[in-house]
Amino acid sequence: MSKIPDDLVFTEEHEYVQQTDQPGVVTVGITDYAQGELGDVVYVDLPKPGAKFGKMEPFGTIEAVKAVSELFCPVAGEIVEVNDGIEGDPSVINKDPYGGGWMIRLRVKNPKDLDELLSPKDYAAHIGQ
Amino acid sequence: MAVTLKRTPFYDLHVAAGAKMVPFAGYEMPVQYPGGITAEHQVVRRGAGLFDVTHMGEFEITGKDALAFVSYVTSNDPAALAVGQVQYSCFLHESGGIVDDCLVYRFADRMMLVVNASNTAKDWAHVNRYAAKFDCRLVDKSDATALLALQGPRAQAVLQPLAPGVNLDAIGFYHFTEGKVAGVPCVISRTGYTGEDGFELYHANADAVKLWRALVKTGGEVQPVGLGARDSLRLEMAYPLYGNDIDDETTPLEAGLGWIVKLKKGDFVGKASLEAQRARGVERKLVGFVLKERGFPRHGYPVWLGPERSGEVRSGIVSPSLGEPIGTAYLPAASARPGARFEVEIRGKRLAAEAVETPFWKQGSRR
Repeated sequence: MSKIPDDLVFTEEHEYVQQTDQPGVVTVGITDYAQGELGDVVYVDLPKPGAKFGKMEPFGTIEAVKAVSELFCPVAGEIVEVNDGIEGDPSVINKDPYGGGWMIRLRVKNPKDLDELLSPKDYAAHIGQ
Repeated sequence: MAVTLKRTPFYDLHVAAGAKMVPFAGYEMPVQYPGGITAEHQVVRRGAGLFDVTHMGEFEITGKDALAFVSYVTSNDPAALAVGQVQYSCFLHESGGIVDDCLVYRFADRMMLVVNASNTAKDWAHVNRYAAKFDCRLVDKSDATALLALQGPRAQAVLQPLAPGVNLDAIGFYHFTEGKVAGVPCVISRTGYTGEDGFELYHANADAVKLWRALVKTGGEVQPVGLGARDSLRLEMAYPLYGNDIDDETTPLEAGLGWIVKLKKGDFVGKASLEAQRARGVERKLVGFVLKERGFPRHGYPVWLGPERSGEVRSGIVSPSLGEPIGTAYLPAASARPGARFEVEIRGKRLAAEAVETPFWKQGSRR
């Protein structure tokens, strides 16, 4: 069973969105299910702070041993911070996807967009769990 | 089209161990266990890993002409084998293209050919096409034979206590003997596809679960390893994978496998084509490369030599042992030498690559 924390919301493409202490800023990464399906992550290509993305626009790529996947921006917004730590040790995405394996912090353009994301219950159903 | 996948006798053990099962060559096979491909790779480089490779095909050839027949359908020279010895070889089309690569075993009373799972049916049809001229009998033993590969520098140390009647030390690299492991009659072959020391254990399906349990129990040291790490381990050694590095359209001379082509032995299927190719020189050669920039070279990505397209990446991975992207590609023969610079196109971006000496991994325990 993949971990699905109660306090997050999700995309159908297996990104999670977590509120931060800063109003209007969220943390984005990939879910435990996604890291399990991908297998060992080898590289992650992330954008620079300041880059802007539309809803479900690819913001980066993740290379695992078996496949490469695009990372999708859950809601429109501007990158305010990227996790530099995962470049040196991408395996943290496999070990701790909801913690040390976070990828970007995003200033959300339209906070209402967050309401359209999947609840933990809906995401669990989405992955057949 | 509904495809019914075959299962090896180890299927339930894989599932119980938490393996991720994938369709491979008509079988449901473990691509990895919960530890992940990188960890499994390191287990084999440093300790001992156990692979289910039952999906490989085994053909047995008996009869007066068994040796002559095998010599006719393979490129290497099985007459050079002593009883108890193994040889890497391949089957060729008349065109010189590779039908499959294989291992040839010489027993006192028979020969055994071990072939790739994905090619078992093709190989079986191919070799039978030439059998009528020879006094020999071919039996496809693939469905009756289970195969485990125990690989890693600790392989002998963990296997020996389970095989008290066999002196493993006396089995040289690419040699084999018949004996019992955990009470199970096996062909014990010091061969593998990893660059590490190790053994391949051919045995009957009925004994498979017993043998696996005995091996993985040994001091808890032996860990199961899936097909994912099998691929990264073999690629670090630049061992060719059929369907990637070699195929029906490539010849052994192009693939750097000239050492398994014995043109001076008697006639064999594909000989005339290879003689002609050798005389005029090959136009392309398989090289190993490293990417000089960060990227993951995958099978099928375009390769560029200056402005010219030069095929595609045949095999590619980020080497778990070396931490750098490695791969193989065919380059025009004039450029196919270590130091040659070319480019690999990854999602529209061309990244610098350099041809290097292989194997990529030079510290294996293989002997």
